[in-house]
Amino acid sequence: MVQLIFEAVITGILTGGVYALMASGLTLIFGVMEIINIGHGALVILGAYLSFILQEKFHIDLFLGLLITMPLMFLLGLFIEWAFIRPLKRDRTMLSILVTFAIALIIEGTLGLQNTFGTDYVKLHAWYVDSSNASFQIGGFYLAYIYVFAFLLSAVLLAGLYFLLYRTEFGYSLRASMQNRTAAQLIGIDVERISALTFAIGVALAAAGGMAFGATTSFNPDSHYDLISRLLVIIILGGMGSLRGALIASVVMLVIEDVTAVVWSPVWATTVFFFLLIVILLVRPQGLFGQLEGRKQ
Amino acid sequence: MKILKIVFLLALLAAVIIFPQVYTDETATTIAVFTLLFAAAVTGWNIFSGYTGYIALGHAVYYGVGAYAMALMAQDWHVPGGYVTFLLVPLAGLVAAIFAVPFGWIALRTRRHTFIVITIATFFIMQLMAYNLRNITNGSAGLSLPLTPPDWSGAFFNLPFYYVALAVLLLALATSWWIRNSKFGLGLLAIRDDEDRALGLGVKTGPFKLIAFVISAFFVGMVGGLHAYFNGSIYPPFAFDAFFDVSIALMGFLGGMGTLAGPIIGASLLEPTQQYFTLYLSDGGLYLIAYGVLFLAVILLLPQGIVPTVRQLWLKWRASRKQDEAEPALVAVGVGSGESRSLPENQERKEGVNS
Repeated sequence: MVQLIFEAVITGILTGGVYALMASGLTLIFGVMEIINIGHGALVILGAYLSFILQEKFHIDLFLGLLITMPLMFLLGLFIEWAFIRPLKRDRTMLSILVTFAIALIIEGTLGLQNTFGTDYVKLHAWYVDSSNASFQIGGFYLAYIYVFAFLLSAVLLAGLYFLLYRTEFGYSLRASMQNRTAAQLIGIDVERISALTFAIGVALAAAGGMAFGATTSFNPDSHYDLISRLLVIIILGGMGSLRGALIASVVMLVIEDVTAVVWSPVWATTVFFFLLIVILLVRPQGLFGQLEGRKQ
Repeated sequence: MKILKIVFLLALLAAVIIFPQVYTDETATTIAVFTLLFAAAVTGWNIFSGYTGYIALGHAVYYGVGAYAMALMAQDWHVPGGYVTFLLVPLAGLVAAIFAVPFGWIALRTRRHTFIVITIATFFIMQLMAYNLRNITNGSAGLSLPLTPPDWSGAFFNLPFYYVALAVLLLALATSWWIRNSKFGLGLLAIRDDEDRALGLGVKTGPFKLIAFVISAFFVGMVGGLHAYFNGSIYPPFAFDAFFDVSIALMGFLGGMGTLAGPIIGASLLEPTQQYFTLYLSDGGLYLIAYGVLFLAVILLLPQGIVPTVRQLWLKWRASRKQDEAEPALVAVGVGSGESRSLPENQERKEGVNS
């Protein structure tokens, strides 16, 4: 039993890293733009399918393929922000939910057409995912390399994001826009440009998260509902708009889910995830690292 | 003017009552039943979200609870199919309302953005519960409702559902109208415009929000129960449907949030379109794309909703016409006070204020 729990904790931490990658994009977008991107799950799945195409049709390695999919998704993010988010002038939060849900539907529909991918489950393949020497032994159990590689990828990208946010001029502007949009505009920050870039960065991170997700789980165009529900729980728990909160919440939640699956039952693992959310909200309505939303001046 | 309006509304009601007697085509009446159900659900949802400005995107929870409550009550009490079963509909609504108390209490501890996300999360919780609590909900196999009597066949089948749905809609509408014109409703609108100031002025914002939330869950629950009976069987993805969550929000938004007519207009435009897509687009992917594009078109082309937009155009037209007759200085006063008496919706403040 102890062995199984140890195993669950390790995989929980490693997959938690991947969720952190996806959740960081979502929480950043919320923090800067005050919109909730319900389409984030669908964008992750789109990223997974792009990696799938590159690997099946062109035999490009999953990690190398990110050099193609991430810029592509970055451009897609710029386009979505320009075409659908920026025109929303009033009731932004609510309308953005409807708009991004519509985008999720369109992505899900396009991927699920009878002559694109249909609704069958697919999984990404590579030597470190499912070949005979894909796993190595650690502490008495076998772990596939992909979990470690995906975790390292998340660590590298999140470190890059951290550098971008805290050590560059763009990062200063971004954090200023997060703290106070109007004041940022007053001191000459081009908030619209920052918003567009933030959205695009979030979408590019979703592409990387999608590859890691697709290599560890099988997915179909429908999977985005499941993903977005978890991601939303993670960003509420962490405190909406808090990057650090999202990272910690991802790892904590995934560890708890995996441990529950072992000690209780996989059926209830996801439910525990949600119950924890309710318990924490009772104590701290603003999430672990969030700030209470007060009055908008 | 007021008499004209009452006559028009009565004529409209008469037309709705006569409709299924004239158009006996089954497809048409089925779509009409769905439209009435959605109109009732959106009206209920609007009582909370439209008036308080808190957007709830988890009302599929109460819809699903109503549906399951209906099925379980009918099953446990051995209710035979037929008109008697309709008596369970208000009970289904009541069960949904009881569920709404704790959920609403937790969710309403937070403000706007977090609130939205928490309502979405409650939806996913309940969907999971419906799958996992097998001894109550029978898991993914679902539950079936009492069979309708054999003489409810063919074109007649839709009629009882049509009239019960209409009754639910009228009840929801009457409640919405009454709230709109009560002190309670004014309190809700004050919360929408500036919650902290409303609190400062003595509006009991906490209980007000919760009461509105529970009332809206009651109506959505009734719709869920009725829809379950209409459908004949329920299973988790039918009862707890993410589409439902977003559809009612889109309908409320398309018609105009916080208005009386808005939810009905929104539902009667969108629900038939959705049913049309379901009928004629066999590829599920194509259906999703069509629906998504419709969504985007509605939001980007009508950023205020139909009722507020039409009202603005009407006021502008009135103003420009009066300008020709009277002196310009008198116009603003005349339009402002005269209009707001005749239409209850006009008491609403201009949408721009709270954004």
